[in-house]
This record gives sequence, structure tokens and C-alpha cells, in this order.
Amino acid sequence: MRNLQLNQHGELRHLLTIEGLPRDILTAILDMATPFTEVAEREVKKLPLLRGKSVFNLFFEPSTRTRTTFEIAAKRLSADVINLNIGASSQAKGETLLDTVDNLAAMHADMFVVRHAQSGAAHFIARHLAATNRPDLHVINAGDGRHAHPTQGLLDMYTIRHYKKDFTNLRVAIIGDILHSRVARSQIHALTTLGVPEVRVIGPKTLLPAQVGKLGVRVFHDMRAGLKDVDVVMMLRLQNERMQGALLPSAQEFFKCYGLTPSVLECAKADAIVLHPGPMNRGVEIDSAVADGAHAVILPQVTFGIAVRMAVMSIVAGN
Amino acid sequence: MKLPDAEKLCNELAAQMRLGTSTETALVGIHTGGVWLAQRLHAALGLKQPLGEIDVSFYRDDYARIGLHAQVKPSTIPFDVEGRHIVIVDDVLYTGRTIRAALNELFDYGRPAQVDLAVLVNRGGRELPISARFCAHTLQLDPGKNLQLERDEKNVLSLRLIDA
Repeated sequence: MRNLQLNQHGELRHLLTIEGLPRDILTAILDMATPFTEVAEREVKKLPLLRGKSVFNLFFEPSTRTRTTFEIAAKRLSADVINLNIGASSQAKGETLLDTVDNLAAMHADMFVVRHAQSGAAHFIARHLAATNRPDLHVINAGDGRHAHPTQGLLDMYTIRHYKKDFTNLRVAIIGDILHSRVARSQIHALTTLGVPEVRVIGPKTLLPAQVGKLGVRVFHDMRAGLKDVDVVMMLRLQNERMQGALLPSAQEFFKCYGLTPSVLECAKADAIVLHPGPMNRGVEIDSAVADGAHAVILPQVTFGIAVRMAVMSIVAGN
Repeated sequence: MKLPDAEKLCNELAAQMRLGTSTETALVGIHTGGVWLAQRLHAALGLKQPLGEIDVSFYRDDYARIGLHAQVKPSTIPFDVEGRHIVIVDDVLYTGRTIRAALNELFDYGRPAQVDLAVLVNRGGRELPISARFCAHTLQLDPGKNLQLERDEKNVLSLRLIDA
């Protein structure tokens, strides 16, 4: 079957996952984000690309940062943005996901930005749109279950490229709760597709997926060993709300073994950068001294995230 | 057909602009040929304001039909647009749609006092009410042809005619 994300010319129609996308499409998105970064410095922070288009933020799961940055991105592209916090409305009344989608399509939506607790929700919507022959409606996955969060993965890649220039000589470590993390999956696919020679994951056995080695990463259970000589440190949030069962003794215990402190960060290269997708749990996965320190590029990530989302939206809407 | 020498046209354009600009005038080149030309004119006219560059891809009127161009360069306007005399510089003036897009983009940076247009060649075929105040050469070209400015490794400018 043809990749659901691509149109008949092989161009990006939806962004559902980074897995399976060719390197040139990822690079084209990163390249396209650069001219969008400059818009924030203008008197009029708007471009006319999505003028007259309606973008629906469908958030079936709470989110502040991702929803806000998608909203800002769409508004800077002059789209009309409608935020639907669906957990609180239709679904509570029993409407199915596809009924919601059909209703919004009948309101002449042009793009859906979808966040859902179920893995595969964005794919499900995209398949439904294909089956009902609505090729001019675009879907962007803003996080589905444990599966994927492609725009987060892309903005992380943009940040890494901004500071390190090239992917092909890097050693990158992803740290923490890989098991529950859609961010980690998107990061791993993006890093390997873009040619990073060594991707490491660091975490306790209980927070690593059983088959994680199959994704082409090196597995470490010890922070100091895993951080040795890395160029990029990618922290993950400890997903308290998703933690079921006794995977960890306590948050304090986790910090003792896997918290990023100034002392363990010294194992990485002197010019290493530290990323975090937010929101941070200070004192759980990251020490405040690191979060606010010279290696952190966490706030630039947020700024770049708007430009990357503008690039993704304007690429898919034009295809 | 024999095309004029772009280097000579560039000198001719600079001579025209000396009469209609001051050292406080700012130039904005349109990527890519317009930027090459604007760099030459900026040096020849001894302007004080740094050179502006814009890529009009985000303002084009054909986005809905053909999507985004693959390579978009960042626009940089390193001077205050408000109240300034600005000359937009492009290599070839054709339909006028690129200039319309450039004007829209420019006004998102502020309200200039006056905006003029300088082009190396006016090739006819306008689809919008736009004309160039400074123009080094005029010719009529068939719609099936594209006229392009090129720059070699020694920075020498030349014009080339290709099939559209």
C-alpha cells in the first residue's frame, strides 16, 4: 500500500509519523522552517499562506504547549483556528471519533491537528478521509498514544541542526521513560533517517520497550556510561500520569539514578546540548541547574517549534 | 535573438538611479537574480543603509495551485522600513505578480514613505498595473520564453533565454 502520508506525486499530504518518510522530505521540512523563523521579528507577524483556511485543533487529550504552538503557527499563517477540547464535549456525550470528523468536514475544515490518547488515531482519521474521498483535507498528528509525535521530533531535529550543523558525526542519547514516550519513537526514527551514526537510549529496564534494540539504538542502563562523549542529550518527561503499575520505586529514586545533574552531564562532551520536550519535572528527570544552565537549549526548542509547525502546515496544505 | 550585455545594463541602471535616490534610500533585492543586481547597485550608489533581501514565496498568489517552492530563503530587512524611500530591485519585470507579492511583504515590516521599482529588463506581458521607475532595457518576449539573470563564478552577470 502506498504511504498514506504521501500524495500520488510522493509529496507530503498528511504528517502522521516520521517512520517511513524519506530523508529528503525530512530535510525539506527543516529547510523550509528557517525562513519562517524570521517572521516572528517583523512588525506584522503574519504570512498569507493559509488565509481563508480553517484549521481545527482536535485535542482529545490535554495539552497546553503543543496546542498553543500549533495555534500560534496556524494564526501566523493567517488561518482561522478553532480549538476543540473534545474530551469535554462530544465524546462525553458519546459521539464517535469519525462522527466528530465528518461533522467538522461538513463545516468545511481544511486541516485537522489531532492529539489523542490512542495510538493510531491520526492514521485512522486520515484513512477515513481517503475512504470518503476528501483529498483536500489534511491531518497533522500532534501526538497519538505511545506511537508518534512527529512535529516534536522534527523541532528537535531542527534544534540539533541549528547548534550542531550536521547529523552525520553525532552521538545522541535519549534518556528516561522511553516505554511510554511517543516523543522518543519519533526522535529515534528522525535521527536514524537523517544519518546520525550513534543513537543511545538510557533508562531502567522497566521503562524501555522490550524490543528497543531493533530500532537501531544502543541500550544503556547506567547514566555515566551512556552519556560518555555524547554531543546531544535528549531528556524525556517522566510520564507520571501514564505510569501504571510499580515500574519505579519513587520519583526520588528515579532522580538518583537517571536525573540529569551537572555532575553526570560532565560525562558528555564539553559542548553538548540538552533538549527537553517539556513540560519539565524539575528534580525528577532534570536538575534545575541543568535546565537553566549553559548547555540547555530548551527554550529555543519552543521558539523553533513554531517555525517547524508553520513549515509542516504550509507544506501539507500546498500538496 | 541577441540579448544585451547584463553588465552594461547594470551600469546603465545605476546611472539612472543616481538621479532618483539619495544615500538614505534603501534597496531590497528579490531572490535570487534581484539580490545579485541589488548588491551591485548598492555598491555603485554608495548607499548607507544595509541591503535588504526578500524571497516572495510566502506571498505568491499561486500557492493554492502549486504549493510551496522547494527552496525558500529567509527574508532580511536590516533597516527601519517606516518612513523610508525604498527601491525594490529585480532582474526581469514580466507579469508584475512577483512585485505585487514583494510590496505586500514589504508593508508587513512597516509603512515606507515611497517605493520604486528598478529592473534590468522589462520584457512586457504585464498582468497587473505595475511599472518600473528605473529600467535599463525594454523588449517584447513571447510568453513561451523565460528570461533569466545568471552569475558565473567570477560574479559576471549575463542574461539567458530559455523555454518556459
